[in-house]
Amino acid sequence: MTTLWATILVASVASYGLKLAGVSLPESLISHPRVQRIAGLLPIAMLSALVVSDLFDSNRQYAASGPTVAGVAAGALALWRGRSLVAVFLIAILVTASLRAIT
Amino acid sequence: MSFVNEHQAIFRAAAGIGLYAGAFGLTFGAVATAAGLSVIQAVVMSAVMFTGASQFALVGILGAGGAPLAALSAALLLGLRNTFYGVPIARLVRPRGLRRASTAHFVIDETTAMAMAQPTVRAGRRAFWATGITLFALWNLGTLGGALIGSGINTSAFGLDAAAPAIFLALLWPQLAREHGRAVALGAVIVTLSLVTAVPAGVPIIAAAAVAIFAGLLPSAASRRPEDE
Repeated sequence: MTTLWATILVASVASYGLKLAGVSLPESLISHPRVQRIAGLLPIAMLSALVVSDLFDSNRQYAASGPTVAGVAAGALALWRGRSLVAVFLIAILVTASLRAIT
Repeated sequence: MSFVNEHQAIFRAAAGIGLYAGAFGLTFGAVATAAGLSVIQAVVMSAVMFTGASQFALVGILGAGGAPLAALSAALLLGLRNTFYGVPIARLVRPRGLRRASTAHFVIDETTAMAMAQPTVRAGRRAFWATGITLFALWNLGTLGGALIGSGINTSAFGLDAAAPAIFLALLWPQLAREHGRAVALGAVIVTLSLVTAVPAGVPIIAAAAVAIFAGLLPSAASRRPEDE
């Protein structure tokens, strides 16, 4: 079995395990206030890190694609204007693809 | 709201979510094959892992040349939120025995949001299953289609490299209102960017988790001023 397959299978089974733990573990364990607070903040940290890493981290060096950054910035503007997730997604890829086509 | 109207409203909302799951599934399939996964690997991920943000994170880090362990850790740290969604869902659905295993698979952002938005227990359960099953079917169909098409196209020409960061940003946006939300986001950005040249791809993202843990351990304003709650 290749490393890629192993990574995919472990990630898949462990992700399911995390969901199963949520509906199976005693509520008192999961509902501890401090645990809840960290759990609420964790996606914020991970998603923020993923956005900037996707845009600027090219494995040990800083690199950015102008059209991609502009597309995601257009998506951010759409979010600020209260657009839906689907609209944000479409605006980001359309702006990126258009800028890339004309440059 | 009458039973029929309530029923229709839930299925209309589930159909809308299904449509968007299909579009994101297509994107995931294309991005995954562009990152080096085979069609079958992309499909297995969507069927078994079935948690979109973690899937995008995993293939994104692998595609950027990150180590498998880094990609795995980031995906699971992100997937940990599903554990916490399980508490209100278990209270609502009250699954017993084998039902617990099938309920767990559908505990994700969209099903939790839809189930919790319903006025009654019966509507909440119906919304949970309707959203979960529709989303699962279309997410997987989309992934298969995207993986088949994606292996033959230049995904960056279609702007698909902007898809994952745009989706992450859209998921992040409403959460910034949480206590310490903006500070944690800013801290995570600083930690991630300052580690870029020091460690391999993926590791800066995992390091950002420390910001959330640190902020979560700080005394909360709510516990200091209970009268504000």
